[in-house]
Order: sequence, then structure tokens, then C-alpha cells
Amino acid sequence: MSSPTIPQAVYVFEAPVRLWHWVHTFSFLTLAATGYLIAHPLPSIGGEASDHFLMGNLRLIHFVAAWFFAVGFAVRIYWALVGNRYAREIFYLPVWRGAWWKGLFHEMAYYLFLTREQPPFLGHNPLAQTAMFFLNTLMTLFMIATGFALYSEGLGPGSWADRAFGWVLPLVGGGEATQNWHELGMWIMLAFAIIHIYMAVRADIFGRQSSVSAMIGGWRSFRR
Amino acid sequence: MSTEPTFYEILRRQGITRRKFLKFCSLTAASLGLAPEFAGTIAHALETKPRVPVIWLHGLECTCCTESFIRSGHPLAADVILSMISLDYDDTLMAAAGYQAEEILEQTIAKHDGNYILACEGNPPLNEEGMYCIQAGRPYVEKLRRMAAHSKAIIAWGTCASWGCVQAAKPNPTRATPIHKVVTDKPVIKVPGCPPIAEVMTGVITYILTFDRLPELDRLGRPKMFYGRRLHDKCYRRAHFDAGQFVERFDDEGARKGYCLYKMGCKGPTTHNACSTMEWNGGLSWPVKSGHGCLGCAEEDFWDRGSFYTPTTNLNVPGGVEVTADQVGKVIAGAAAAGVAAHATVSVVSRLVRGGKGRDEGGSSNE
Ligand code: HEM
Ligand code: HEM
Ligand code: SF4
Ligand code: SF4
Repeated sequence: MSSPTIPQAVYVFEAPVRLWHWVHTFSFLTLAATGYLIAHPLPSIGGEASDHFLMGNLRLIHFVAAWFFAVGFAVRIYWALVGNRYAREIFYLPVWRGAWWKGLFHEMAYYLFLTREQPPFLGHNPLAQTAMFFLNTLMTLFMIATGFALYSEGLGPGSWADRAFGWVLPLVGGGEATQNWHELGMWIMLAFAIIHIYMAVRADIFGRQSSVSAMIGGWRSFRR
Repeated sequence: MSTEPTFYEILRRQGITRRKFLKFCSLTAASLGLAPEFAGTIAHALETKPRVPVIWLHGLECTCCTESFIRSGHPLAADVILSMISLDYDDTLMAAAGYQAEEILEQTIAKHDGNYILACEGNPPLNEEGMYCIQAGRPYVEKLRRMAAHSKAIIAWGTCASWGCVQAAKPNPTRATPIHKVVTDKPVIKVPGCPPIAEVMTGVITYILTFDRLPELDRLGRPKMFYGRRLHDKCYRRAHFDAGQFVERFDDEGARKGYCLYKMGCKGPTTHNACSTMEWNGGLSWPVKSGHGCLGCAEEDFWDRGSFYTPTTNLNVPGGVEVTADQVGKVIAGAAAAGVAAHATVSVVSRLVRGGKGRDEGGSSNE
């Protein structure tokens, strides 16, 4: 959809998408922090066991954040179906479109400092879209599946979690393997988050289109 | 009906009194988690049902399952069950030997086709057409297949028969293979553990023999009554886990106080077995009670995950690379952070070089 004249501002991120983005961000950060402390507990504390509930609380926070994370994503999937065209972008890659590939290579060249030219994209640029699809959308599904599978071990056989997600455990190779891959998933999403936050802030400083403010107010504005 | 003697007749013949017999029935009902009135059901079944023959085969293994079984915590259980299943064939325990012993297998097939229980300890190696385990001049895998084809159901004793265990450790030169991957057309009940707890073994076998059906199995084919929960869910040190009180070294204050062994690599949080409830050697103790973490011996691949003494273990990526999620993850996240730092530096420098006219140029839209 090449439009020679670029409007001043376009409403790109609808309210549910913005709301989800921040729920997703904060639940992810909470899950990563508590998850890391589950895998690597803090130094042992003394006293009576009945006076403390440190690991118990960390796990509780992990599970509460997990519900925000999972329900948030379910709402986001619903919004992809009913929302505007930009709401669908993180769920598929238009690999059948030549222009998309051109954009992808152009963005790579741009981030490798091979060109300073940056064509505007109303939604996500193809490079960001690719990263979001693999490192966020698919990883989010993976974390929910493995997370609730681990959760089902606590609830026990026959529980709803066991019936809905128990099958994941043997598929991954048992509880221990599931825990290990669940933890690797955290690192992968963390790497995505580091690059993603950098790119978002950088785009505001160097780029020609608004970025962080677009994810807050919804409007993507263009400079010059 | 059948001319076969009932369980009860055999027990009496072995000199077991009725009083002992009834005691055994209530003991078994309790260990199976059944209500007290089931003791009567068990007694009735044993009095009226003809004895079901059990053939016990041994493949690649260390015989620890048999060792566990014959040391059943309650001497009564050991007595009763040994006479009950009578082990028409068991390499380790039978009196017969040589041709006489192998004869029994053919006789069992002839007399009880489709009616006997096949209990497998150990597993068959498949490489070199099974030549790594030869019994009576033939590869063990052939004997297993033949006996399995005529059996009613199969019990896979221990982690060898259920998952492969150490003889299947990478790179598994003999291709030792668990039973359910060799026999695919018969129900296989997995009773994993290295070895399984004696009372679990006797419980499973009594259940099958008395009720004449298989116990309820979980998704992986393990009896739910013994393998339904993780050790961690029933561990008496769980309060210390929830509190955040851990043993950090085997000789520290926490170890003396009996804190949780999670940081010492305890695999209780991912291991399904009955150790934390039934314990070992007649309820005497179990690893965590003696101050050492669980190794996860009842779980698939427990032998191939690297250290027993760290909470996070190897990912087992295909290709035999031994890395943990932490090792891979720190490299990925570290590379991301380093890349971001380098990219930011170049961005700023190139902007300065361009003399403040920093913004990128436009281009034709790609949308
Ligand atoms: C991006 C999201 C998530 C991250 C980064 C994350 C991170 C982690 C980490 C690092 C661990 C420790 C694993 C280990 O012991 O090696 C963990 C454990 C766990 N997570 Fe998550 N997790 C996420 C989502 C979820 C979700 C959606 C659930 C669903 C309920 C969940 C449930 C669990 C459970 C049950 C455990 C095991 C806790 C225990 O062993 O006590 N996680 N998580
Ligand atoms: C403070 C931290 C963050 C900031 C400032 C931020 C900023 C942004 C911005 C500006 C966009 C719009 C990108 C565009 O213009 O194309 C965006 C989109 C997105 N961000 Fe973040 N982000 C943050 C944290 C995260 C984290 C931690 C995650 C994932 C774990 C994440 C996942 C996403 C996803 C999936 C999208 C696409 C949204 C959609 O199209 O539905 N963000 N973020
Ligand atoms: S000792 Fe092991 S099984 Fe017991 S609470 Fe700690 S981690 Fe769980
Ligand atoms: S505590 Fe763990 S390693 Fe020890 S016997 Fe039980 S399941 Fe096996």
C-alpha cells in the first residue's frame, strides 16, 4: 500500500493493544525476576520454617503474574481477530509479499549502518515484525504451555491444568526437561526485551517516526 | 472350571496360616490406598480365583529390582507374594536351570496362552541383532518378543525396563531399549525406580492378581496410586522449601537442621515416586530423610542430565551438546546486551561525525 504522501499521524495501536503491551511487559518482568529466583534461590534464611514463606511467596507472585500474562495474551489474540490491521502483525509473517522481503533487507542494512535511509512503516517494520513473531509471539505460547504444564505437577493428576497442559511434559521430555526449557525460554525472551527496548528508545531519538509515545497514546506521528 | 489351584490353596500349602493371610490382605489394601473393607474383597478374590502365573524375565540390568522385591519391608508380604506368584520362571530365583528352565517357558505358553503376566526386569539391547544379551543361546530380545506375544499384560520393573537407565546412557552403544518401545501391542505397566520400592512392586502385582485388571495408569503408563504425585508434594522438608531455608553445603548448619535440599540438586520437584510417603526398607528412611537430595531415579533420562548436585541440569540438545539453560541463556542475553551497547555507541558516534544533523533520511514508503 504505497502512499506517496505520508500523513502527519496515524492511529496504529488501539487501546486494547496498548493495554496488553504494558500488562505483557510488567508481567514478563515479574515472571523473569521471580522465575530466576525460583531456579536460583536467595541465600538460606534461619529461624523457624513457620515464620517464613519466601519461596512460597515468590512462587505465588510468579503464578499471579502468569495469569496476567496468559489471560492478557488470550485477550490479545481475540483483538487480533477484531482489531485493526496492525493488530494482526505480530501473529504472522507475510513471506509471500516481495515488498515485505525488500523491507526486511532494507531494515537490516539500516541497522548495520549501511544506509541512513529509513522508509516509514505505519505498523512494525519487517525486521521488528520477524523478531516479534519468533521471539515474542511463539515464545509467549511456549512459556504458557510449559509454565502451566509445570503448574499441573503441583495441582496433581486429574486437575484442570493436568488435563489441559499435562501432555506437554512428556513431549518436552519430563518435568526436569520442561523446567530447563522453561528457563531457557526466559533467557530468550529477555534477550528480545533488551534489544526491543533499545530499538524502541533509539527509534524515538534517531528515527523519523514516533515510537514509545505511539505505544502509549496509540498515534504514530511522522517528523519533517 | 479350571483345575488350577487358587492363590489361597497355594498359600496354605506353603504353610501360611489363615490369620497371616488375612493380615496380608488388610496390609495390601492399606498400601494400595483402598478402604478397609477392600481387605475382604482381596481375601475373597484370592480364595476363589485360580492362580495367575507370572513369568519374570531379566535383560540388561543389575538385578536391583529383584533385590528390592525379595526384601519387601514386611516379611509377610515377601512370603505371601513369593508363593502367590510362585515365579514359574525367574532366572535369579528359580530352582530349575538349563533346558529344564527354558522348558517352563514353552509349557507356560502352551497351558496359559494369553493368560500369564510377563514381568520384565532390565531391557533388551537391539544393536547387532541383540547379540549384547544372549540367554540360552538366543538373543534376549527374541525371548522377550515371544513371551510378550502370548502374555496378558506386561510389567516393566524399574527404570531399565521403563526408560532404559544407565545402559542406555549416551551414546548407548548396545542400543538398550525400554520394553514399551519393543513390545507395542500389549499393555505395558511401568514401575520405574532404580530400584522401585518393594512395597510398590508387591502392591502393583497384588492389585493385578487380585482384581484381575490393571491399576489405573497415568499418561506415561505408571500406576497412579504410586506415581501420581511428585516427591516434593509430600516431602516432610517442604515447609523449609516454602520458607526459603536451604542446605547450601552438606556440612553446614542448614544440613544439620534438616533444611530443604533443593540447592543441593534435589530432584524431588520433578520426580514421581512414592519415596516420600512409603519410604524405603519398610518405612525406615529415604534419601531426603538421610540428608541427600533425590537423584530422580524414577524419571526418564535421569542418568543423562549432568550433575546430580545442581537444580538446573543439562538441556540435552540433540547432538550431544552438554549445556544448561543458564549457560546458553547468559550467552544469548549477554550478546544482546553487548550488541545493544555497541550499536548505541556507533549510532551516537556516527551522529557526532555528521555534525548533529542526526536524524535519518526518509525514503519511499514500503507500506
Ligand atoms: C515469560 C514468562 C515466564 C518466565 C520468564 C518464567 C520463568 C520461570 C523460571 C526461570 C522458572 C524456574 C525454572 C527452573 O527451576 O529451572 C520458572 C518456574 C516455573 N514457572 Fe515460569 N515463567 C514464565 C511463565 C510462566 C507461566 C505462564 C506459568 C504458568 C502457570 C509459569 C509457571 C511456572 C511454574 C509452575 C514453575 C515451577 C515453579 C517451582 O518449581 O516451584 N511460568 N518460571
Ligand atoms: C519499558 C519497556 C518497553 C518499551 C519502552 C516498549 C516499547 C514498545 C514500542 C514503542 C512498541 C511499538 C513498536 C513499533 O513502533 O513498531 C512496542 C511493541 C511491542 N512490544 Fe514493547 N516495549 C517495552 C517492553 C516490552 C517487553 C518486555 C516485551 C516482551 C516481553 C515487549 C513486547 C512487545 C511486542 C510484542 C510489541 C508489538 C505489539 C503489537 O504489535 O501488538 N515490549 N514496544
Ligand atoms: S528436599 Fe527435595 S523434595 Fe523435599 S522439599 Fe526440598 S526440593 Fe522438595
Ligand atoms: S528419592 Fe529419588 S533417587 Fe532416591 S529412590 Fe526415590 S526417586 Fe529414586
